[in-house]
Amino acid sequence: MTDLTPAPSEQPLAVAPLSEQTRRELRQIIARYPQPRSALLPMLHLVQSEQGYVTAEGITVCAQELGLTHAEVGAVATFYTMYRRKPVGDYHVGICTNTLCAVLGGDEILARVKDHLGIGHNETTGDGRVSLEHIECNAACDYAPVVMVNWEFYDNQTPASTVELVDACRAGSPPPPTRGADSLCTFRQAARVLAGFPDGRAGEGLQAGPPTLAGLELAKRRGDSAPAYPSDTSPES
Amino acid sequence: MLTPVMSRHWDDVDSFTLEGYTRHDGYTALPSALAMEPDTLIALVKDAGLRGRGGAGFPTGMKWGFIPQGSEGQAAKPHYLVVNADESEPGTCKDTPLLLANPHVLIEGIAIACYAIRSSFAIIYVRGEILHVVRRLQQAVLDAYAAGHLGKDIGGRAVDGVGGFDLDVVVHAGSGAYICGEETALLDSLEGYRGQPRLRPPFPATHGLYASPTVVNNVESIASVPAIVLGGAEWFAGMGTEKSKGFTLYSLSGHVKNPGQYEAPLGITLRQVLELAGGMREGHQLKFWTPGGSSTPLLTAEHLDVPLDYEGVAEAGSMLGTKALQCFDDTTCVVRAVLRWTEFYAHESCGKCTPCREGTFWMVQILERLEAGTGTEQDIETLLDTCDNIFGRAFCALADGAVSPIVSGVKYFREEFVAHITNRGCPFDPVASTVFSATTSVMGGTA
Repeated sequence: MTDLTPAPSEQPLAVAPLSEQTRRELRQIIARYPQPRSALLPMLHLVQSEQGYVTAEGITVCAQELGLTHAEVGAVATFYTMYRRKPVGDYHVGICTNTLCAVLGGDEILARVKDHLGIGHNETTGDGRVSLEHIECNAACDYAPVVMVNWEFYDNQTPASTVELVDACRAGSPPPPTRGADSLCTFRQAARVLAGFPDGRAGEGLQAGPPTLAGLELAKRRGDSAPAYPSDTSPES
Repeated sequence: MLTPVMSRHWDDVDSFTLEGYTRHDGYTALPSALAMEPDTLIALVKDAGLRGRGGAGFPTGMKWGFIPQGSEGQAAKPHYLVVNADESEPGTCKDTPLLLANPHVLIEGIAIACYAIRSSFAIIYVRGEILHVVRRLQQAVLDAYAAGHLGKDIGGRAVDGVGGFDLDVVVHAGSGAYICGEETALLDSLEGYRGQPRLRPPFPATHGLYASPTVVNNVESIASVPAIVLGGAEWFAGMGTEKSKGFTLYSLSGHVKNPGQYEAPLGITLRQVLELAGGMREGHQLKFWTPGGSSTPLLTAEHLDVPLDYEGVAEAGSMLGTKALQCFDDTTCVVRAVLRWTEFYAHESCGKCTPCREGTFWMVQILERLEAGTGTEQDIETLLDTCDNIFGRAFCALADGAVSPIVSGVKYFREEFVAHITNRGCPFDPVASTVFSATTSVMGGTA
């Protein structure tokens, strides 16, 4: 069983204890499901949105709310890579180095950004602004090489563009994602959405980037289409 | 040649909204479906020949038909629909753009599927690492409730408050684990446990979520259903090949001129897709490719004319998988590619089965030696022997997938593995395979 307490050198500044409001929201999550324990993953996302990472207190509170042991919750929290065991930056940068992105330039991007920031995989800059992780395939191979910040897409990156991106993050003025909200939210704000509390920003951003539309636009240029629905079944030709 | 159906209106800037969807037949399939008997609907999807688009290609209608119906035993328990939106197979990038551009087609498909299998509760297990998809799904569900497409007595079929169709849908964000794309690991995760696969049988159809009858379907499978209801089985089956019917999303990526989503009938070939899409990047040749993600054995330029349907790709020694066509050109080192995929499987192995947990770990060690030029020819044999001892010896297909790139890589490119040994290092320049390689000199070596 992994000890969830960070090493002394990594002890974060004290975080505020979870509030009554958070406990109420944890119970709201539980109420969504036919069986309470199904709520555990989103509950841990909520803990992370409140405290910045999955704290020992967060584990205890989730266990209390679900009638589980500390170990049962800890076993889950340590299984999934999105749960952090120590604070991350306001802007959590993930650089895809799975094969396709790596070959197309992800390895060069990661090396350059590591060098530029002076931090490695799963480390955070001294100012607490930016943390870095090499990530696995993020389902955007037609936009490779891909960089994620707080799980928003920054498509078609180069080493130079990613250095600019992380510098802007450190300055507190990140550019908007290429396919996402109109501005980049923080790591904690993202975690709250993942816990199932919408931020009202679904309407922002593109419906599709150019590669997503490549086939459709080509079909239109070529005059290709699927056969029309049989005439009596559709209001649209 | 191309048949955009699901992607037909993605170029509308509001394609993801309720208004954008209803402008083009959106939510007109649902009332048609509700006018049918549930079993008729299952028969329709069976007759259409829709097969699972998540990789395995199991007939969707048959899966629905396996749900026990009635008032006794397992059948009497609540039935569940779980949508697998945990898209994470390396190379796979179809459900994500689909959900960004049109989450409502999934919601409508869910309502139809739930009516067919007599379920009143569905969960969309969506990958947590794609925030905007989570947002779009959450909003689509809220809007669908407000419009009466979800909730109580959908379609107003209840008589005196009895006999209505009720449906609740929950959007559930995962937390970063490739293994949760495997349907039984997904169910364990959904129950609040570590995502580890279950031994089958029993199958989810009888003992799935909460040990109740459960259908687990991929996003694209469910998103295909509204069009089948509108167009009919014959219309759908009019596209594709004899045993692989309909339209599907092919995701082209890698060293190609125009990567992206190409919706076409099943059975198109990579040569045709590449010709349509402008081919490989200038001055380079296709070296190897995956037909459906990294878990499907690599193919080469000699397989350009293989029909990309379930049977055709199987006959060529691979699998159609998710139709993720990752194309690598002659600048790419196959040993490096295979090592990176193997590192992925070692990282994502859930640890439950020893052959997978230990085997992937050892395969990474061997491949690292080989790539660094410090391996031996015996290492290649040890690697293949390890693969042989992993394949088919774990609860789920992750281990089988881990073996795919290695065995196929050695099969087609053994001389390249050997060259690393005799050259005492990798003969390739990694910068040459990047997308910014042409501009490297201009950038003053910034790469």
